[in-house]
Amino acid sequence: MSNPQVFQIQEISAHPGPVPGRGTQRAVQVCKYIDVTTCIGCKACEVACVEWNDHPFRETTFDDTYQTMPSTDWNYWNLIKFAEDERDGNLMWLMRKDQCMHCEDPGCLRACPADGAIIKYENGIVDFNQNNCIGCGYCISGCPFDIPKFNQNTKKVYKCTLCSDRVGQGLEPACIKACPTGCLHFGTKSDMVQIAGLRAKQLQEHSGFANAGVYDPQTIGGTHVIYVLHDINNPERYGLPKAPVIPPSYTYWKWLAKPAGLLMAGLGVLAVFFHRVAIGPRVPQPEDPAPIESQPDTIEAKRKEQP
Amino acid sequence: MSSSVERFDERARREADRVGTTVVHRGEVLRHPVYTRVLHWLVAITFVLSLLSGFAIYSPWLYRFLTPIFGGGARTRLLHPWFGLFFEIFFLFQFLNWLTPMIWTEADRRWMRRIKEYTTNEEKIEPEDVGFFNGGQKIYFWAIVLSGVLFLITGILMWFDDVFPRWVVAVSYVVHDLAALLMLAGFIIHLYEGTAAAPGTFRSMINGTVSERWAWTHHPAWYQAVTGRNARESYERERRRADERERAIREWEREQDDRDQI
Repeated sequence: MSNPQVFQIQEISAHPGPVPGRGTQRAVQVCKYIDVTTCIGCKACEVACVEWNDHPFRETTFDDTYQTMPSTDWNYWNLIKFAEDERDGNLMWLMRKDQCMHCEDPGCLRACPADGAIIKYENGIVDFNQNNCIGCGYCISGCPFDIPKFNQNTKKVYKCTLCSDRVGQGLEPACIKACPTGCLHFGTKSDMVQIAGLRAKQLQEHSGFANAGVYDPQTIGGTHVIYVLHDINNPERYGLPKAPVIPPSYTYWKWLAKPAGLLMAGLGVLAVFFHRVAIGPRVPQPEDPAPIESQPDTIEAKRKEQP
Repeated sequence: MSSSVERFDERARREADRVGTTVVHRGEVLRHPVYTRVLHWLVAITFVLSLLSGFAIYSPWLYRFLTPIFGGGARTRLLHPWFGLFFEIFFLFQFLNWLTPMIWTEADRRWMRRIKEYTTNEEKIEPEDVGFFNGGQKIYFWAIVLSGVLFLITGILMWFDDVFPRWVVAVSYVVHDLAALLMLAGFIIHLYEGTAAAPGTFRSMINGTVSERWAWTHHPAWYQAVTGRNARESYERERRRADERERAIREWEREQDDRDQI
């Protein structure tokens, strides 16, 4: 096999100062492209994900749908979502493989207060390092796709790694490997965007899906997992947000207002210190010994000096 | 309601005084009984622990400095809500204990109007209507009450973030920070006023007593209420006494010098 590749790190969560070695190496942007129109809901990707990541086989939740469970979990990173829709008066299943979207501007990383718990590589993969995770769960509220999941026993958060361990070995992610219909693709971002675009055009021209298009939301700088949807105007039908955003708490507040608050606190400490130095304390009156000008002898001496 | 709170506080103070002691020397006035002092330091300790563990998570620039105190990031995260919870519990008792003396009055409004003169030390002695707490102390108290409520609500929302919606947690994050900054601003001033800015104040939270001079200088109305003497008159009397003493000593020294010269 090929030599294990060490990914160049692009961003580190809550890391003061620059990222070591950033920009010294060029990296190809990786991307997973999911064509939901050819997904048959076989769940081979779910099984492959559990297998490769050595997750224990766990109980599923039946809630009157074909879905394995209501949402992804800390040890179940890949889930086919079955949305029941209508087309020409008939039932139409919208089957979408749900997993981490590996955002170009990751909300989890923006929210994370723990140094090095979330890393974004130059190739676009967003990875969690549980050794540095403090289990605060801010990433859960920072994610626009509800992906990071908390483990009550380890008090850490887990999510899809885009099989960074496989990609580093020159392999495609496990889910891609398992897909029997070829609806999952893996390659460079530019290649995937191009073939996804061609597929969307094909759907528009030959299959009667006039609104088919590529889901690569630019509100978070694009994602490293892209979809071709039957109806790009209504991604909500698939359970995807139309314009995913990171809460301003984790962007403007964290990087602007927070340092400003610290600065104010520092200035406050300096202010009281210099108040003591320049203006001085409020001493119980009368002072002991009294200040020079109020001492009786000095006053008398001053009086004597006057002619 | 208020009378039952008073009954509870009085009983708590009585019980605490049975266990601990406060020695009041001549020329001193009792300021804080045992119950108040113990509560104050319980609140202070849990507040400082909350502040340090919270600041570790607050800013990436402090994370590396502060998390080792608590045994790493994960443990800091684990302990912070508990420090905060105990702070809330202890402060609840302090809140009840100080509810009556902290009620805002007309005198406090007048005090606030002359805040500039207060900070620049233009008058050596406080106005005669300043009672057990001055306006600034009351503002700090009510700022803690406000922050405490915000801390508790947003803290619970963030503690159990898997139960509440995403935006609720994101908003709580900001409100929790704002409450912390409000409280930190008050805390810096409080630390300064309690130590370097007003000599003789710190011992009131350790021994429980202050000198009479301190009492008529900083809280004249309270001085009058506990001693029955007018603050300004007591001050003038003390000043004349000090002047007399000074004059007598000078006289004696001059006599000594004259004798030496002979």
